[in-house]
Amino acid sequence: MGPLVPQGIISPEWDFIIALVIGIGFGFILEGAGFSSSRNLVGLFYGYDFVVLRVFFTGGATAAAGILLMDYFGWIDIGQLYVQPTYWGAAIVGGLIMGLGFVTGGFCPGTSFAAASIGKMDALMFVVGTFLGAFLFGETYPLIQNFVNSGYEGGIKIYDSLGMSRGLFTFLLILVAVGMFYFVPVIEKKVRKPEY
Amino acid sequence: MEREGVKMPHPDPKKYMNPYLAGVFLGFVLIAAFYFSGRGPGASGAPKRVTAGVVAVVAPKHADHSAYYSKYVHSENGPWKSWLNFEILGVIIGGFISGALSGRLKIKVEHSPKITSRKRLFWALTGGILFEYGASMARGCTSGAALSGMAVWATGGFVTMLAIFGGAYLFAYFFRKLWI
Repeated sequence: MGPLVPQGIISPEWDFIIALVIGIGFGFILEGAGFSSSRNLVGLFYGYDFVVLRVFFTGGATAAAGILLMDYFGWIDIGQLYVQPTYWGAAIVGGLIMGLGFVTGGFCPGTSFAAASIGKMDALMFVVGTFLGAFLFGETYPLIQNFVNSGYEGGIKIYDSLGMSRGLFTFLLILVAVGMFYFVPVIEKKVRKPEY
Repeated sequence: MEREGVKMPHPDPKKYMNPYLAGVFLGFVLIAAFYFSGRGPGASGAPKRVTAGVVAVVAPKHADHSAYYSKYVHSENGPWKSWLNFEILGVIIGGFISGALSGRLKIKVEHSPKITSRKRLFWALTGGILFEYGASMARGCTSGAALSGMAVWATGGFVTMLAIFGGAYLFAYFFRKLWI
């Protein structure tokens, strides 16, 4: 039963090889889906291309549904999976800053690495920026430390926060995703994609 | 060289994967990451750890005194030997393979004809700084917080996702001239 490395079924030394292979698959998909072009990515925010929404929500919903089924069949123990802790203020303010970074930089960190790998110099500059951003955060950490660590609620789950069952939430997530997939072509037809 | 009768592949460089198929594959990658390693893929964590590692080399005392850097510098395997660093190395390899197979390997600055490449590079750098700053604050970016968070129903992941996309829509109008 998974997860294999945390339970010692596979030796921890393999974890880095696994990480590399997972990364290769991740990078291959990001590039192949067109996320190596900032023009495709920011289309989401100007309404001319919703490829990000399609790939992102199909991926997230597939993973959630898959993990749910694997737990049901006893192949994976959801309780042993890493769930990032929720810090309310930091999640919201950090997210808004990332949104600003998205419309100015045209990438997010993962896509910038994939795009830099095929020779996009704008993506490489974004990557350089991520190191500077990490340094800036490290240097300003004492000033914002209290805020960043406030509102801590641990690894809480969205279905608990919303007061529904895990299965129902996952079902609704899929419904919302499919609903958006039907709706976004209406917008795409109205907005011309800039050519360059 | 193309020999007679043998067609070399000439993939259309504009042709991308079907987004829903790509999404299903992405879901499988996420499931595999959780099944094997018990965690999902991320991205912003790699520059974070590498930066902490560099600071520890250049200014070891400064890194030790910092509550932030020392967390990564003195982690079990140190800042370099980290799952996320290996994963991002993989992302670079995987992106390169996909680009090579699709005929998309090309050194260029992609930008709207309405702006100069210098302007594009300036804003790309700025965006990278902002994105990583926000991701360090929120404990993850679009990959580690939003996508991997969605796969395991993390409330923080959903909140961060809504804030990222909501923020981007909020600010999009002011930066429209960079793109459209």
